[in-house]
Amino acid sequence: MSEENKTIENVTNSEYKWGFVTEIEEDAFPKGLNEDIIRKISEIKQEPEWLLEWRLKAYKHWLTLKEPTWAKVKYESPDFQDIRYFSAPKQKPKLNSLDEVDPELLATFEKLGIPLEEQKLLANVAVDAVFDSVSVATTFKETLKEKGVIFSSISEAVREHPDLVKKYLGSVVPYTDNFYAALNAAVFSDGSFVYIPKGVRCPMELSTYFRINAAETGQFERTLIVADEGGYVSYLEGCTAPQRDENQLHAAVVELIAMDNAEIKYSTVQNWYPGDKDGKGGIYNFVTKRGLCETNAKISWTQVETGSAVTWKYPSCVLKGDNSIGEFYSIAVTNNYQQADTGTKMIHIGKNTRSTIVSKGISAGFSDNSYRGLVKVHKSAEGARNFSQCDSMLMSDKCGAHTFPYIEVDNNSSTVEHEATTSKVSEDQIFYLNQRGIPTEDAVNMIVNGFCKEVFRVLPMEFAVEAQKLLEISLEGSVG
Amino acid sequence: MITIKNLHAKVAGNEILKGLNLQVNAGEVHAIMGPNGSGKSTLANVLAGNEAYEVTEGEVIFNGKNLLELAPEERACEGIFLAFQYPVEIPGVTNSTFLKTAIDSIRKYRNEPEISAKEFLALIREKAALLDMDNKLISRAVNEGFSGGEKKRNEILQLLMLNPKLAILDETDSGLDIDALKIVSKGVNHFRSPENATIVVTHYQRLLDYIVPDFVHVLYKGKIIKSGGKELALELEEKGYDWLKTDEVEAV
Repeated sequence: MSEENKTIENVTNSEYKWGFVTEIEEDAFPKGLNEDIIRKISEIKQEPEWLLEWRLKAYKHWLTLKEPTWAKVKYESPDFQDIRYFSAPKQKPKLNSLDEVDPELLATFEKLGIPLEEQKLLANVAVDAVFDSVSVATTFKETLKEKGVIFSSISEAVREHPDLVKKYLGSVVPYTDNFYAALNAAVFSDGSFVYIPKGVRCPMELSTYFRINAAETGQFERTLIVADEGGYVSYLEGCTAPQRDENQLHAAVVELIAMDNAEIKYSTVQNWYPGDKDGKGGIYNFVTKRGLCETNAKISWTQVETGSAVTWKYPSCVLKGDNSIGEFYSIAVTNNYQQADTGTKMIHIGKNTRSTIVSKGISAGFSDNSYRGLVKVHKSAEGARNFSQCDSMLMSDKCGAHTFPYIEVDNNSSTVEHEATTSKVSEDQIFYLNQRGIPTEDAVNMIVNGFCKEVFRVLPMEFAVEAQKLLEISLEGSVG
Repeated sequence: MITIKNLHAKVAGNEILKGLNLQVNAGEVHAIMGPNGSGKSTLANVLAGNEAYEVTEGEVIFNGKNLLELAPEERACEGIFLAFQYPVEIPGVTNSTFLKTAIDSIRKYRNEPEISAKEFLALIREKAALLDMDNKLISRAVNEGFSGGEKKRNEILQLLMLNPKLAILDETDSGLDIDALKIVSKGVNHFRSPENATIVVTHYQRLLDYIVPDFVHVLYKGKIIKSGGKELALELEEKGYDWLKTDEVEAV
C-alpha cells in the first residue's frame, strides 16, 4: 500500500466524532407493533379520531406489504417486533422558556454546536428542536406568528390546526406508497409542521435538529410543509446521533406542497451514526421525501448525506402544475462499510416543467454508493426539460460507485439530458498539492470540496459551512 | 544551498539515476540538459519527493537538512518548488483558494500568521500582471480547461507567489510558443535573486537564451557526464549529444 493510500485510509477511519449519549429518563413503550401500540401512541398524543383511523388503516395496509429489496444495499432486515415504537423524554414539555428545558438536553445541543440560547439571540434561525420524538423547545414563534407562519411540531399542529393537517397529511406520500411510508403513517411519533400563508415570504430559515437518543428506539418522523400561493420558505434539517452498537431503524416521511407560484427550499445535512470501522452498528435510514408543485411553483431539495449505515432515500418532485420547477442537489459520502442508494424522481406532468439533478457521490473505504434516479415525462408535459449530472468520486480501491438512471419519456417535445462521470482522487493531484506545501489531509479535503462545489453553492450559507466540516470529518484519514 | 551526492533512484523497478552529484549555491542558475530518458525528470521528481520514485542510495542536503527524510509538503515548506512538466487539474478549486491555502500552509509551517485577504489579492494581481495573465484565470479552477501555455504560466505564477528558495523547472518550455516562452522566462528572471537558486531541466537550448544559466550539466544514463558554462548549451545545440556519449567513461 502506498503512503498515500495509508493516509487516505487514516482519514476515512476516523471514528464518529459525535457519538455521545445523553442520559435522560425515557418514557418508553414495550417493544413490538400491534393495533394496541398504535392506539396508545394516538392516545398519548391526544389525537382526534380521524388520525387514529388513518394510522390503523396504514397499519393494516403495511401488514400486506413486503420490505423493498430492489435497492443496491445489503443489510440484516430489522425485526419489526423488536423495536420500540414510541419514546419521549420523561419531563413532559409545557415550557415557556429555555430555562425550563432539561439541562442535560441543553448540554447535548451545546455539544452539537447548536446552543439554542445563542441561536435565539444571534442567528436569524428559528429552531424547533426534536429530541427523540417530542419537540421540547420552539423558538422564534412570536416573530413567525406576526407573519402568520405556522411552525410547530406536527402533534401540536394536529391539535391546533387540524383542518390543515387533515387536508394535506398523506396527500403527497399516501400510506399506500411503500413499505416504510406505510409503517411511518401507522406509528409516526412527531416531526415538524410548517404552513406559509398566501403571499408570505418566511422571514427566516426554519431549522429542525433531529436526534435519535433512546437505544433501540426506531424513529419515525413525519414532516409536512405547505407553502400557500406565492409563499416562500427555506427549511433546514440537520441530524447527528449518539454512538450505538445495534442497528437503529429510521423511516421518515417528508411531504412538501408548493401551491401556485410558491417556493420551498428544503436542505438536509444528515450525519447519523454510520457504524464503526468494521461496519458494526449504525442507523438504517429509509426515507420517503416528496414534494408537489402546482403552477409556477418550485421545490429544491439539497442534501448532504454523510451518515447512516444504510441509506435509502429519493427526495422527489411531482411537477404537476405548468411551468413548475424541481431541483435536486445531492452530496452523498460513504465510508468504511456504509451503503447508500440515493437519488431522486422528477415526475413531469405539467407543460414546460423543468428539473435539474446534480448528484455527487463520494465513496471511501469498503463502502458502496449508488445514484438511482428517475426522470419521467408524462404525455401531458409539453416542452418539459430535464438536466441530470451524476458524478462519482472514488477514494479507495475497495469501494464502489454505481449509477442507475431511469428515463421514461412519453412526450417528444421534451428534452432530457444526462451526464455522468467517475473519477478517482489521483496520487498526482495529491502530490501536486503536497508540493505546494499543503498536507495530504487538507489536499484531500480541497479536492473533495472542489468536487462538491456545485452543491455547496446552493446550500444556505451557514449550512454550507457546517456541511463542509461534516465532509471533512467523515473523510478524515480516507484518501486512497 | 543544495548538495546532491551519489544519488541513485528507481522508478517502477528501473534504476534511472545512477550516482548523480550536483552542488547548487544561492544565486545560481543551473541547467540540466540531456537526451530523452537520461533521468532529468526523475531528478526533479526525486528532489520534490514524489513517492513514485524510490531513492536507493545517496544523500541530498538542502540548507543543512537531510531532504530525503522530509515529506513532499515539508520539502515545499522548506523552500523547494517544482514547476511541473504536466500540471494537473483540480476541478472546482479556484486558483486563488489553492494559492492562499498553499501560502498559509507554508506560513503555518514557519509559525507565521496567515496572509491577509487584502495582501494576498494585491500580491496575486501584481504577479499575474507580470505574466500577462488574465485575472479570470485566477478565479478559475486550478488548471481546469487551461491551454498548455496557460498551465505553464500558472506554474510560474505559483513560483512567484510562493517565492521558494530553490525552484526546479521541469521542461517548462515544452509546448510553449515563442511569446509564451518569453513571458515564462520573464517570470523566472524576475524570481532570480542572490538568495535563491534555480535548476532548469530542459531538452532545448532555446529556453536558455532567455533564462541564462551560470552552469550547464549534461545528464546521460543517470549521471552528469559533462559540466560547463552557458556556452556548453550552445555546443550541444550544434553538435547534439552523440559526441559526449563516447566520452562517457572519461567524464566524472
